[in-house]
Amino acid sequence: MKISMFHLMPHRELPADFESKYHSVWVDPPFWELADPDRVGQYYNWTLDELVYAAKAGMDGICVNEHHQNAYGFMPSPNLMGSALARATNGLDVALVQMGATLPTTIPPIRVAEEYAMLDCISGGRLVAGMPLGTAMDADLCYGITPIEHRDRYYEAHDLILKAWQSREIFAWNGKYFQLPMVNLWPRPIQTPYPPVWIPGSGSLSTWDFSAKHDHCYCFLSYYGNNLGKRVMDGFWEFVDKNGIDPNPYRAGFLQLVAVSETDAQAEKEYYPHIRYFYDKCLHILNEYMFIPGDQDHRSLVNSVRNLLPMQLELLNAVSSWKYKDFVENQFVIAGSPASVRDQLMQAVKKLRVGNLMVLLHIGSMPHELTLKNIDLFAREVKPYFRDVWDDEGWDNRWWPARIKNTSQKSAGANASSASH
Amino acid sequence: MPVAAERTLNLWDGKIKARVKVAGQGPALVYLHSGYGLIWEESLDQLANHFTVYAPEHPGTSEGDPDAISHLDNLWDLVLYYYEMFDQLGLEAPPVVGHSFGGMVAAELAATNPARVSKLVLIDSLGLWRDDTPIKNYMVTPQSELDGLFFHDTSHPARKLVFMNPEEPDSIIRVTWALACTGKFIWPIPDKGLRKRIHRISAPTLIIWGQYDGLVKPVYAEEFGKLIRGARIEFVSNAAHMAPFEQPAAVSKLVRDFLKG
Repeated sequence: MKISMFHLMPHRELPADFESKYHSVWVDPPFWELADPDRVGQYYNWTLDELVYAAKAGMDGICVNEHHQNAYGFMPSPNLMGSALARATNGLDVALVQMGATLPTTIPPIRVAEEYAMLDCISGGRLVAGMPLGTAMDADLCYGITPIEHRDRYYEAHDLILKAWQSREIFAWNGKYFQLPMVNLWPRPIQTPYPPVWIPGSGSLSTWDFSAKHDHCYCFLSYYGNNLGKRVMDGFWEFVDKNGIDPNPYRAGFLQLVAVSETDAQAEKEYYPHIRYFYDKCLHILNEYMFIPGDQDHRSLVNSVRNLLPMQLELLNAVSSWKYKDFVENQFVIAGSPASVRDQLMQAVKKLRVGNLMVLLHIGSMPHELTLKNIDLFAREVKPYFRDVWDDEGWDNRWWPARIKNTSQKSAGANASSASH
Repeated sequence: MPVAAERTLNLWDGKIKARVKVAGQGPALVYLHSGYGLIWEESLDQLANHFTVYAPEHPGTSEGDPDAISHLDNLWDLVLYYYEMFDQLGLEAPPVVGHSFGGMVAAELAATNPARVSKLVLIDSLGLWRDDTPIKNYMVTPQSELDGLFFHDTSHPARKLVFMNPEEPDSIIRVTWALACTGKFIWPIPDKGLRKRIHRISAPTLIIWGQYDGLVKPVYAEEFGKLIRGARIEFVSNAAHMAPFEQPAAVSKLVRDFLKG
């Protein structure tokens, strides 16, 4: 299987009383009260250094994403980050997993097709093209997209991008949301017919339908552990089965928070404050900003209100009184010694039937040095045990860049520790 | 007390089954509801004692047909859709009463083709924007804040008719979807150009405003009054944005006197 490091690029130094003083980490936290551009420059550079370090340490892929107006993770342009990463990792067999540029808010959406093609060219065909719908906060509030049109715009943007990548002829796009008279993409991606497409989702039925219909990889991104994860992924695999699609584990991705140290006790000591920070501050989002009327279509709304929401809200409420052991026992975070992490992660991967795993190795307020340690231990002591997990079933990972699919990134601690940072 | 009957019309080339509640007798009156969907409350009963009230459900908000909304893309579509509805109901130029979101639609109907609206009543209406008095985006405002903007008396029993009951999945779904379907025409700022069309309104116009409307503040009543020729403004005491719910007798009397006059 393939394991990539995900980075959110959060604000690492929010004040201790942040969550009591401000009502949301997203949309309206005041920048000048909470941040400083010079310091933010440091965060961006740390983030880039950490991802390059992960690439050199032997991770299969490195992931960035797009969000707006928040302290949770503020890479408004993931492709600016991706560009720096592509250049810095040339020569390594690491995938650039852009999870990615938000389709319905990039106008016109061929901008995504162009930038992804650039990244694929610069990186020598190492791009994974994430195609996120974008959160309700980002798309509807920060970028003013009409909630009930959000998903529909996304579908159109997706179809336009795929056609722009593949069409040998110049074509006119007469869409409902976008009209372009002469689409003639320069450049084209190296990968044919187009780079592997991953669709990040949060358990919505419509996204399963969509991923399956287009044969894209469906990635469940959640911070609520793999019990909720199992509920969603069981639903996904049932859906796959019902629709006569092959149960290739690589058509599924999952995001997991992971923290590794020398011992279980050491892990608690080192990582607990950052886990707390992440759940208390980074996820301190006003409910009304998260669930905007119309952002989910009607059937997803019904499913979410009846099935998912009660569980999510219950978990969210519970978390505030949790201690370290609750986070670990509920596997919101898989943390501990390398052996503990290996065991739990292996169970999770098998339980969810996931072939493309993403691990969040920088969590909340984690300082740079500790992040490098986490990456280093994970790459050396955990990741190598996962290489062959699905091999006995004989599936092909059709959702990985072809040129680097069968090469294995070496877990090279020595190499990594010489990375500049 | 008149009982509302329901009529279903085939509109928009048969793509939308429009549901209209009809009650009472006497001259026709069209009532366009707020972003919270059609809620048959006391003021409508009182109007139905004197008029035949036609109260359409905004597309998508009718039970069992949530996707009807996908056939109307913009305000122009919505206005033409309502003219089609008037045609099918045999209403050449009815008086139109609109509350909040419905007020904005009513004003657009009266501005686009002034011949289709004989008299216009705007109650705590959306549709205009002033930078000095921004209108709160109620679709993303926490309930605790909304209460005081919508109701002068936040313990008023009508409050429960309007807002969702967070314990009730059906109620959450109904209210969320009503906001979604109406929000399609006002997101992210409820100003879609009415200001440049409003001069076309020729219908005699009454503007009714909750004195304590915290959502669309009374300065907007003045603004509508200034922009619509000959419009009269009436403020309703002890009422906020949901004036017809909070003061049904006062609001329905103002409407009745204006339409009979």
